[in-house]
Amino acid sequence: MSEGIAQQDQLVEHEGGTKDLFSKFDDIIQTRETLLASGVEDPYNLVMEKVLSPTRAICNGRDTILLGTYNYMGMTFDPDVLDAGKQALADYGSGTTGSRVLNGTYQGHKECEDALKEFYGMDSAMVFSTGYQANLGIISTIAGKGDYVVLDIDSHASIYDGCAMGNAEIVPFRHNDIEAMEKRLKRIPEDAGKLVILEGVYSMLGDVAPLKEMVAIAKKYGAMVLVDEAHSMGFIGENGRGVCEEQGVIDDVDFIIGTFSKSVGTVGGFCVSNHPKFDIMRLVCRPYVFTASLPPSVVATAATSIRKLMHGSNKRAHLWENSKTLHKGLVDLGFEIGTDEPQSAIIAVIMPDLQRGAIMWEALLKEGLYVNLARPPATPANMTLLRCSLCAEHSAEEVQTILQMFERAGKAVGILES
Amino acid sequence: MTEAEVDTRIRALIEPFNKKGVEITDSTTFQNDLEFDSLTVMDFVAEIEDEFDIIISMNQQAEIENYGQLVSAVHKLQAAS
Repeated sequence: MSEGIAQQDQLVEHEGGTKDLFSKFDDIIQTRETLLASGVEDPYNLVMEKVLSPTRAICNGRDTILLGTYNYMGMTFDPDVLDAGKQALADYGSGTTGSRVLNGTYQGHKECEDALKEFYGMDSAMVFSTGYQANLGIISTIAGKGDYVVLDIDSHASIYDGCAMGNAEIVPFRHNDIEAMEKRLKRIPEDAGKLVILEGVYSMLGDVAPLKEMVAIAKKYGAMVLVDEAHSMGFIGENGRGVCEEQGVIDDVDFIIGTFSKSVGTVGGFCVSNHPKFDIMRLVCRPYVFTASLPPSVVATAATSIRKLMHGSNKRAHLWENSKTLHKGLVDLGFEIGTDEPQSAIIAVIMPDLQRGAIMWEALLKEGLYVNLARPPATPANMTLLRCSLCAEHSAEEVQTILQMFERAGKAVGILES
Repeated sequence: MTEAEVDTRIRALIEPFNKKGVEITDSTTFQNDLEFDSLTVMDFVAEIEDEFDIIISMNQQAEIENYGQLVSAVHKLQAAS
């Protein structure tokens, strides 16, 4: 999410409203009202009444193909995963009602951390209640006042929030620009603590970072490196460890942050590391300490899913096929795509503006296809995107159906020439 | 470098970003007067950083609202580097 240099919206008085602390949201309220007044279905108020499989649901009453979830590896209905969850629910109850450092660490939490250590081949693993909290916690705890964080301008909101909470000096560089990153590292006082934060896959356009070059440069300037692999875990790299593995730099990365809410198919976050002192994080990291731990059923499903993902090479191959087919199909139809080549399971279709993006989103939904409508400030360069994220459980036929839906909807709303 | 020299160099850098040809005074604000969006801010800051070989962190950027504050901040930063 590129919230790099957030600017306060100007206060605008709206009819009938008195000025109070909510006045700062008036512009956003206005934009939303204008969009909905055009009669378009609310893209941010969709309800899935029934979920049929990792790739199908009943959305707003319609049978819909899901192309806008992060269920990359389709683990949410895996029978082994479901069984593990049911068993843990029966054996350990519905929740822990406590912090990881007090009464909230059960056998399942340790097993989940063991699964992560094995998955990544790393010495330490720490499970957080969400991926957002993993970034918030690790970044704010290790990069404090007087330290420097050098990060890609398109970093996710959880990374920026972690930076803000930690009070370090925040130095952003242009997206995926190796030279811009090096220039900034060079200017930082030599004796200052330095953390470079990168993402394997950037979720808005689905593009991959040049980690090989960037990690080498970070190390040259004595910086520690944290890589968020939220959108690559399970899919990219021979063992699904992510872009770090794919580009051969996993041993030089100090921290990998990830989530259970994408390929793993449940909720939760984690950090893995080989740092010899890593375990002290459990005592000093506030977003880890001051919140309840994940329910036993959640860590049981996560551990089972992570272990299955280690052996998911067939699924990974099929997902790559899906990604390539969809990318090529959309380009051939005449859509503008965020990347020239498919680099991940995310294919971002660039819309001319929010209004037409919302109309196209609605037309697709009526065809029976759900994609994410992404808009500023979440998107880079103020783009409106229809973000498609593929699943290993989408069949080859389904991808063809999806392409036909895009063609019909695109022509109906005039994004494509008919 | 004197503050006046810093001012001259920043004035030259800001030109391509000043699309509406707004008259620049010390009290000219980036957000309201020049209507810089977040992307423009990033590009403009990067130009200044490269020109003076300094870092203006986001924390420092948050304190800079108008042109005069920018010149004075850059003057201090380049003197310290």
